[in-house]
Amino acid sequence: MALNTIWVVADRSGDKVATVAFELLTKARQIAGTVEAITWGDASAIAAPVGAHGATALHTVGDLGGGLPGPAVAAAIAAKISAGGAPDAIFIAQSYNGRDIAGRLSARIDRPVLTNIVDIGEGDGGLVSEHAIFGGTEILNARFTSGGPGIYVIRAKSFAAEESGGGPAAVDIWEVPDLGAVGAARVLASHVEETSGPKLDEAAIVVSGGRGLGEAAGYKLIEDLAKLLKGAPGASRAIVDAGWVPYSHQVGQTGKTVKPTVYIACGISGATQHMVGMKSAKNIIAINKDQEAPIFSIADLGVVGDVKKVLPQLIEALQSRS
Amino acid sequence: MSAMNVVVCVKQIPEGDQATYKLDPGTHTLVRDGKLILDDSDSYGVEMGLQLAEQAGGGEVTLVSMAPNSETSGLRTALAMGAAKAILVSDPALAGTDALGTAKVLAAAIKRAEPDLILTATESSDGYTGTLPVQVAELLGLPAVTFAKKVTVSEGKVSVERQTEEGYDEVEVPLPAVISVTAGVVEPRYPSFKGIMAAKGKPVDEVTVADLGLDAGAVGFAGAGQEITAVTPAEARKAGEIVVDDGEGYQQIVAYLERIKVI
Ligand SMILES: Cc1cc2nc3c(=O)[nH]c(=O)nc-3n(C[C@H](O)[C@H](O)[C@H](O)COP(=O)(O)OP(=O)(O)OC[C@H]3O[C@@H](n4cnc5c(N)ncnc54)[C@H](O)[C@@H]3O)c2cc1C
Ligand SMILES: Nc1ncnc2c1ncn2[C@@H]1O[C@H](COP(=O)(O)O)[C@@H](O)[C@H]1O
Repeated sequence: MALNTIWVVADRSGDKVATVAFELLTKARQIAGTVEAITWGDASAIAAPVGAHGATALHTVGDLGGGLPGPAVAAAIAAKISAGGAPDAIFIAQSYNGRDIAGRLSARIDRPVLTNIVDIGEGDGGLVSEHAIFGGTEILNARFTSGGPGIYVIRAKSFAAEESGGGPAAVDIWEVPDLGAVGAARVLASHVEETSGPKLDEAAIVVSGGRGLGEAAGYKLIEDLAKLLKGAPGASRAIVDAGWVPYSHQVGQTGKTVKPTVYIACGISGATQHMVGMKSAKNIIAINKDQEAPIFSIADLGVVGDVKKVLPQLIEALQSRS
Repeated sequence: MSAMNVVVCVKQIPEGDQATYKLDPGTHTLVRDGKLILDDSDSYGVEMGLQLAEQAGGGEVTLVSMAPNSETSGLRTALAMGAAKAILVSDPALAGTDALGTAKVLAAAIKRAEPDLILTATESSDGYTGTLPVQVAELLGLPAVTFAKKVTVSEGKVSVERQTEEGYDEVEVPLPAVISVTAGVVEPRYPSFKGIMAAKGKPVDEVTVADLGLDAGAVGFAGAGQEITAVTPAEARKAGEIVVDDGEGYQQIVAYLERIKVI
């Protein structure tokens, strides 16, 4: 193994660890001899799953006191690095908080970042990252050319999470230096907007709707079909921005990456930014009235038709079977 | 209420989209030699800035952009929407600058405008690193709230609804601060004819890396600290069967789901 130590920032999902952290830990332990995780909030309850995925230590910056994770976690990591304890690489998820941490850390330690990584491995002269560009039609490889720990920002679902059989990670507290103005933002309340049923990024079946649904009320067809198939409803950014459905439904570059058994795209054109979030689905079915829609270029089954006709018929046919 | 001066960072990008962009075969960087336009993602920040200055009853929007070849086409679009003036950083030394280098340049340019609030998009349409807004905030020693889907200002404080994986957070931050806004935070106005005419006379202050007091070694290819080693075509996913719905199209979907044993 070429690398000694990798630090993995373990993103949180409520009190739990976000699944993406297990994916990053799994990859990190394939590359480096020692893997340590860094998180925020209470760490004792997550030491077991984090350890089971390969981290020997779990450092937490502790309670954020209402602050955002970005400034506190970045400052604590930077302090450890300047005290001489730099790892070879730092893996951070391309999530909302992950980007904040990576950006702050990069500026603090004056090191560049590589973002939107979908794979990483050892190559000539160190780690080489892989990035899917132009909607995943081209693969770009990159690497750092200067010293110091590389900051790698990695997309969810890039690797499968596997347990290592390790025991609980040893928990300790990492002191956060005085943040001054950069730590001044306060979270007053958190709102959860997820629907019942399986989580979008974990569901085996995802039914997504786009602008082709015509109006906000058209999304009911997506929810009904998803429910019948025991799947999760998703969306294109266009209808999220239009306020038809919450942001937590968004699939794509800025939204969630999904890898279901079946992805059913209804009235979605197939913009590059949408496709990077769903093109790894095992089966893709698309319904679109425009035969030229780019989504058909990656669909296993394409139905050229009106979603307002096809979906009600499909829903009725499935209902009559159950 | 007191006046509110807003800097909006706007990127000028090649026309087209990721489906039509090309990489330079030598440097592997995005080809930017044609006309550049205002990144549509930044039109939301411009609109937000204009609305906040209007609500404050005073103050103005200053655009800050880093672009090659003294490009101003995209800036003119945002000036036509109502921004008062622009600072453009253009310098041959900037070719190949990475996100951190760009953040250093933008931070230095933003300082000149002494704003109360700095707005950016969450990510650019061509580069989409999404780290730049926080890098700028850190370099300026300011707090940041990213992924804002709603922004209101009162008494020196900004209230933001910030997107999260599960829903959204209500976040409050004192000014000055950096806020990155999503598409959909507001509906951008179309430039009026009057606005387009007025934009031609609005000041664009063009500065170089040296004007900003930055070391040329910190930017450009030399300062990037990273390189692209290869670009290869991805394995293409093949298109499957396409059927035209004749009233029975849904049956094809049922049959497909049966075949893969989902139902
Ligand atoms: C930086 C950046 C990040 C982005 N991130 C994302 C992201 O994460 N996720 C994302 O999805 N997008 C993202 N986008 C936006 C993306 O570029 C597209 O604008 C968006 O995906 C389009 O959504 P849509 O397919 O619903 O709408 P449209 O592109 O408008 O497509 C609507 C489709 O519906 C079809 N249609 C219309 N009526 C019917 C009907 N009655 N029956 C059947 N079909 C019909 C049309 O033929 C058309 O193909 C991003 C863009 C940028 C610049
Ligand atoms: N060259 C630039 N000039 C002005 N603003 C920029 C530039 N590059 C990035 N930005 C701003 O920072 C945001 C995030 O950019 P990026 O990190 O490239 O995704 C963009 O949407 C812009 O608002």
